[in-house]
Amino acid sequence: MTATEMKITLGPLSLIPPGEGRSFEIAGERIAVFRTRGGRLFATQADCPHRNGPLADGLVGGSTVICPLHGWKFDLSTGAAAPASCTLKTYSVSLTDQEQLVLTLPVPEP
Amino acid sequence: MMGKSLFPQGCSMKRNLVVIGNGMAGARTVEEILTRGGADLFNITMFGDEPYGNYNRILLSSVLNGTQQEQEIFLNPIEWYRENKITLHVGVYAESILRKSRCVLGADGTIEPYDKLIIATGSRSHVPSLEGVTMDDGSDKPGVFVFRTLDDCREMAEYARGSRGRAVIIGGGLLGLEAARGLQSYGLQVDVVHRGLHLMNQQLDPQAGSILKTTMEQMGVGVLLGKNTTAVLGEDRVTGLRFADGSGLACDMVVMAAGIKANAEIGRRSGLQVQRAIVVDNQMRSVTDPNIYAVGECAQHRGHVYGLVAPLWEQAKVLADHITGRDPSAAYHGSKVATKLKVMGVEMAAMGIVEPVDERDEIVQFTEPKRGTYKKLIIRDGRLIGAILLGDISKAAYLMQVFDRGTPLPEERLSLLFDIGAPAKKITIEEMPAEMQVCNCNGVTKGALTACIKAGKRSLNAVMEATRAGMGCGSCKSIVNEIIEFACGGEVEEDPSIHFYVPGVPLSKPDLIRAVKEQGLRSVSAVFGALAGGKEDPASKPGLASLLNTIWAGEYVKERDARFINERVHANIQKDGTFSVVPQIPGGVTTPAELRRIAEVAEKFRVPMVKLTGGQRIDLLGVKKEDLPDIWRDLGMPSGHAYGKSYRTCKSCVGTDFCRFGIGDSTTLAIKIERNFQGIDTPHKVKMATAGCPRNCSEAMVKDIGVVAVEGGKWEIYIGGAAGAHVRKGDILCVVDTHEDVLKYAARFMQYYRENAKYLERTYGFVERAGIDKIRAVVVDDSEGIAAKLDSAIQASINAYRDPWKEAYTAARATEFSSLLPVIQ
Repeated sequence: MTATEMKITLGPLSLIPPGEGRSFEIAGERIAVFRTRGGRLFATQADCPHRNGPLADGLVGGSTVICPLHGWKFDLSTGAAAPASCTLKTYSVSLTDQEQLVLTLPVPEP
Repeated sequence: MMGKSLFPQGCSMKRNLVVIGNGMAGARTVEEILTRGGADLFNITMFGDEPYGNYNRILLSSVLNGTQQEQEIFLNPIEWYRENKITLHVGVYAESILRKSRCVLGADGTIEPYDKLIIATGSRSHVPSLEGVTMDDGSDKPGVFVFRTLDDCREMAEYARGSRGRAVIIGGGLLGLEAARGLQSYGLQVDVVHRGLHLMNQQLDPQAGSILKTTMEQMGVGVLLGKNTTAVLGEDRVTGLRFADGSGLACDMVVMAAGIKANAEIGRRSGLQVQRAIVVDNQMRSVTDPNIYAVGECAQHRGHVYGLVAPLWEQAKVLADHITGRDPSAAYHGSKVATKLKVMGVEMAAMGIVEPVDERDEIVQFTEPKRGTYKKLIIRDGRLIGAILLGDISKAAYLMQVFDRGTPLPEERLSLLFDIGAPAKKITIEEMPAEMQVCNCNGVTKGALTACIKAGKRSLNAVMEATRAGMGCGSCKSIVNEIIEFACGGEVEEDPSIHFYVPGVPLSKPDLIRAVKEQGLRSVSAVFGALAGGKEDPASKPGLASLLNTIWAGEYVKERDARFINERVHANIQKDGTFSVVPQIPGGVTTPAELRRIAEVAEKFRVPMVKLTGGQRIDLLGVKKEDLPDIWRDLGMPSGHAYGKSYRTCKSCVGTDFCRFGIGDSTTLAIKIERNFQGIDTPHKVKMATAGCPRNCSEAMVKDIGVVAVEGGKWEIYIGGAAGAHVRKGDILCVVDTHEDVLKYAARFMQYYRENAKYLERTYGFVERAGIDKIRAVVVDDSEGIAAKLDSAIQASINAYRDPWKEAYTAARATEFSSLLPVIQ
């Protein structure tokens, strides 16, 4: 195996209203995808490392998400918590010409 | 005539227990016996001299002065006797005990055989044998009263209503002062004549007595001390008193309250040993006859006859343990007498001895006569053996406990008199140990805070951000700020954002409102674009959404992403990402049909927990996000708004519909309030309550807005109450006459709060910051001429209300309620 990543089509962009996030389940993994009002897309692990809050239900602004349970803040582009204490796993997500969301996942080496 | 006809012969295995006396002692003892399975052991028969069930004699003075109704002081109504299969000879005086044949004879000819007998005949007022106290033929002289029974109370009230003259109480003890208080409310001039040299000489020392005298005189009660009454004057009714010193006092009414005397005659007549009362052993049995017990004021134990209830409760327990065989070794060892009482509105507590009796006895004393405060403790060998508290009895509970238990006292005697536990806060912070937890929500210690400040954070927001202190319930914020001040030594950096309405838009609330209105900004994204350089601050979004909704009402352009998740999905998010669903139940009044529907929904959707909320609603907890619209549809009820920064719920008591005490229709009012304010956005949540009487069962005084019915058909409106992380009693905004006025002023205050409070500022903070006088001026007196504007603004919000649940399950937002979207690979 030489492929180290795989691309998964999540569905149309319209699944996620502007300024919000949604959680997806992909091969047993839970991933949150965010669409900011500025048109940027981000993908991170779905559950907050603090107490497993659903990050996709959080408030999004700029490139920040605030967990709905206890207000932990994370930078969506780097996954870093503010204040720094832990980091979210981040993934790359993009849009096709047909406005389809595509997630790029690393594939573990066999 | 045998009194056992109620019971079939099959019950004759039980022994016969007869109780003479149906006062507090008799009835309480029977209650104690019943709780120990006494109903299976005994056929119980009681003799009650008075023609009633059993009542709380201590409250007679409240009945006399009208603060309580007769029916309120009843302890056991007649039905109680029936339910417990007790034969009650009501209004029958027990004349004698035939100890040989073990029978009690009633004055009406009743004969009751007993195996065990309890004498609980109590005591009566001691009427001194004065000249002229009765008519020449021995009958009662009109105008002379004793104060002991409900009938005495009624007769006194009747007589007092008819006259407008002077009433004199003979006796300056507890009972006399209570009678004085009662009679004063009839508009009579009341004087207390006391033989002793100071009032309440049983419980108080001369100094306390003299402070009490001053207080009483300020309340208009005359006090004559050292007066020995020798005669009651008047031919056919009372006209005055004569004293041993030759002086006299004209009056129209005399109340004898010069002490009590045990009703022990029945014991004496039947050959039991009687001194001041019936002499009993440690099991409360007569020392003469082991089948006869005596309890309460008619019993004398180790030389003591107690006239207070606390010893009586202890005696009743021992008696019951012994007579039922529950604990044959139960023994009464006497009571340490400690009382807490309120005389003429003066609070006092007294225990043990009133004066030192031994050289070792140490006195700790504080006097402040101007405020009627007096405290005196008598300590022997480091233990409390006597105390008097007058005026301020805040330490009474503690002192009564150490007195009763004989606990060694702390060396620092000052702390026995005053609560000095909370010295100035600066000292507290300096002394506060580093490991002490300041933020109890996020577990942040003082040490963590000072470390953060030393590392360079010098503003409240910066420290909160860095440590999370104050970011839970927020109640520790002020302490965090004080720690910063202390640790920075005055070099606190003020975060400019504390003056902003929300941190992400650099404008105060009035400036922001002006800009929003001038520029016609109707959505949150428009505000960021125009006023924050396009920079979106996620934490500022819900505050802006709330404000825009307040400003524009129906014209506000909703953007769901600006709302906290709760307000997006109209439910409250839980720790596991599920939600709680609270349907609207206005006033907490529901129906069987509604309950059935809720039950069916709970079963159908396998709701893990169904719970009643603190706001009198029903909460379905643990609901999956995707089930929300279906649950709402099946419930067919509007949203109960238990999730937003908005009007939440209005609790109510049952008001006038069923409650015996209700004087205002609080339930209907609560329902109107809920229908009016449902879903109204506010800077923080607004919880309300209505109470149908000042008993305040719905806790209206600690609500953001509370309404309490008071006599005269009026409603008091309280604002700024709290009973959560912070506790505060609300301030009275105004008193109004109608439900409509309640709605009007509550709405106007709510709109003023909406327009002027910072985001997430509860009413308790807002009312303190703005000041109740200012708020009252604006809201009630329209001092700024904006009342009409406030009224129409909130009316616009009320009119714009749509039930979000109905909207949600008809909305075409496909993924709104999906907690997890599946991906097909």
